[in-house]
Amino acid sequence: MADHAHHGEIDKVTGTATTGHEWDGIQELNTPLPRWWIWTFYATIIWSIGYFIVYPAWPLMNGYTRGLFGYSSRAELDVDLAKLNQVRGEKMQALATASLEEIEKNPALLALARAKGKVVFGDNCAPCHGSGAAGGKGFPNLNDDDWLWGGSLEQIEKTIKYGARSGNDEGHMGNMLAFGKDGTLSKDQIVQVANFVRSLSGQSTRPGVDLAAGKQIFAENCVACHGEDAKGNPELGAPNLTDKIWLYGGDEATIIETITNGRGGVMPAWIGRLDPTTIKAMAVYVHSLGGGK
Amino acid sequence: MNKPLRATDLQPDDDGPLYTAQKKIFPQSVSGSFRRTKWILMAVCLGIYYFLPFVRWNRGLGAPDQAVLIDLANNRFYFFAIELWPQEIYYFTGLLIVAAIVLFLMNALGGRVWCGYLCPQTVWTDLFYAVERFVEGDRRERMRKAGEGFKMQRAAELALKHSIWLMIAWWTGGAWVLYFADAPTLIKELVTFDAPMVAYIWIGILTFTTYTLAGFMREQVCVYMCPWPRIQAALTDEWALNVTYKYDRGEKRSSLKKAAQLRAIGEPVGDCVDCNQCVAVCPTGIDIRNGPQLDCIQCGLCIDACDNVMKKIGRPTRLIGYDNDINIHRRMEGKPEVFKPVRARTVIYSLIIVAIGGAMVYKLANRSLLDVNVLHDRNPVAVRLSDGSVRNGYTIRFLNKRGFDRVVAVDVEGPPNAMIHIVGADSITPARPMIILGRDTTTELRVLVDANDDVPQSVPVTFHVTDIGLGEVASTKDVFVTP
Ligand code: SF4
Ligand code: SF4
Repeated sequence: MADHAHHGEIDKVTGTATTGHEWDGIQELNTPLPRWWIWTFYATIIWSIGYFIVYPAWPLMNGYTRGLFGYSSRAELDVDLAKLNQVRGEKMQALATASLEEIEKNPALLALARAKGKVVFGDNCAPCHGSGAAGGKGFPNLNDDDWLWGGSLEQIEKTIKYGARSGNDEGHMGNMLAFGKDGTLSKDQIVQVANFVRSLSGQSTRPGVDLAAGKQIFAENCVACHGEDAKGNPELGAPNLTDKIWLYGGDEATIIETITNGRGGVMPAWIGRLDPTTIKAMAVYVHSLGGGK
Repeated sequence: MNKPLRATDLQPDDDGPLYTAQKKIFPQSVSGSFRRTKWILMAVCLGIYYFLPFVRWNRGLGAPDQAVLIDLANNRFYFFAIELWPQEIYYFTGLLIVAAIVLFLMNALGGRVWCGYLCPQTVWTDLFYAVERFVEGDRRERMRKAGEGFKMQRAAELALKHSIWLMIAWWTGGAWVLYFADAPTLIKELVTFDAPMVAYIWIGILTFTTYTLAGFMREQVCVYMCPWPRIQAALTDEWALNVTYKYDRGEKRSSLKKAAQLRAIGEPVGDCVDCNQCVAVCPTGIDIRNGPQLDCIQCGLCIDACDNVMKKIGRPTRLIGYDNDINIHRRMEGKPEVFKPVRARTVIYSLIIVAIGGAMVYKLANRSLLDVNVLHDRNPVAVRLSDGSVRNGYTIRFLNKRGFDRVVAVDVEGPPNAMIHIVGADSITPARPMIILGRDTTTELRVLVDANDDVPQSVPVTFHVTDIGLGEVASTKDVFVTP
């Protein structure tokens, strides 16, 4: 560095001495690193040695050095999580103690429940119902006003808790029977009743099909679940057949398939997987999506 | 137009290096009109900076009563009667544009006057120099002391100087944080160590920067760190007034005695007596007689210095003064001086300033205190209901910028027979839901709109929010989508 200086000449443009080294006519300026920079560099080296001693650092054959403070990032995470839960706990306490109606009436709690519900919904429900709860074939759209198992806050909460055909004792039961597969109805009869069902919601029917016969078949086989007026029964999860919403599809072929093979979609029970406050928040969120009654 | 000025007219051949290590500069004290102006501007600027946070402004119950407050926690900016929300950030954009053009205009009129008189770097450096002069003495004394070895008295002086500097620097940082919280409360908290950590950190940062920039880096900031000299060099024109050594009058330089002899026999001789006073007082340590230089911050102190000399030797003042190259040439050609403050450049700058400033004032005067923003649901965009009608979901954000709660009604217009429902808001008038908006807050609500199946395609939808008491209306548009 400095000892080179006397070899060099002074460069005119920069006013700096050269090192005296020259390659193909290009000379090297003697611009050593600033002293403060060097000292900072040495300081970081010393600092790093301390760091190795204080914190976990060296890998060993079966483990690693633990450091003087016994620091571990996992333990730190646990502390952070505990703190977070404590902070949230105060807010969530209000959510836990309020009834579903109270939450819906209180703007602050409603906003909190919706925010929490939205996240939990995205994590748990979106795979079936979609991230915006728009559903899909066989998976109900939760934004509309048609509810298989009832759309009140309590009913929604119950469905989330125990599910449908979930194996949980408290869960909703009830299946659409397979009238074709088990031989109850013949193919012709199924076509007749399917067209009759389409007529209930004002859809076109296949010309030449005997709708009166279909009505007769409906009266004998279907009213037990779907009701005299075919408006369905939320106790049994029997859908309203007179409205414009079809879970599996309202075209003739789909209805025939439904009558032939039956249906029985499963909604899992979330009790035990999610805590009651979370389920409550989710019920409020789903209810507020638009379809809740 | 005059004949173009060649660089060699003013600049002596300079074969020196492009970069040099910092030379210590010992500016001499000077008195005169420019120095006085600088003192006054310093007092005004620092006075505003240090005391503005203590000015109160009544905004009603519950609202902060500090005239100028940047309330980051609540996302509000208060400036006397003006209160701005984060949504109104464009006012700051406008302010920055106006500030830039004002700088351009100043430059077109008087060169780097901003640098010389108003720039914080100049103001604080000047203050620090004043302290230095007060403790260590003027130029000669400081130069002598810098050269000599260690002495007890010298150490005491240095300690005193740095303590005063640090005190000023610390106050600078302290005043800064007062703009971000209620000043009297924060001061109490700072003293009792109850203030938020971030306040101490900011005081620390600004103490450090003030101390180093004004105490040590000084003209280095102006010459090497600040982009403005480069920008202004590109912006300036031949009419802009700059601190200029009038070489047509000053050259040839000679001693006082020789000049008198030459004048006696009628020989031409310049007024400059080569006393170097202009160099001694210059805070950036340059010789203005070498012509316009990037390092000159146009503080005018060399004008004061030279004027004093001229008065003493009985020659007219303003051998150095605010002047331009055009006039130097005009004088040399025997023509009268001209000054043209009104030129295309200055007119355009002024027009831009008036236009943007006017637009901002207009917008501010007509600022709506009730606002509404809407966001359409994306997933699903539309829902078919069991009776065949269509529902669209929206998230609507209501902004109540008034200092009191108010009740607003929400109406929807667009799709035929549209029905509106706000989740969580039960209203006695179901067709026209009403909600309470808290004072000076935003409220975000989920709004559902149902329309008959006979909506053939997507139609525009407008939400009207009406203040029941004041009749103020805010509206926002979106679309109603049919599946
Ligand atoms: S040359 Fe004159 S105006 Fe320029 S910085 Fe120096 S003293 Fe100030
Ligand atoms: S102060 Fe005036 S007279 Fe003295 S050197 Fe500078 S220009 Fe010449």
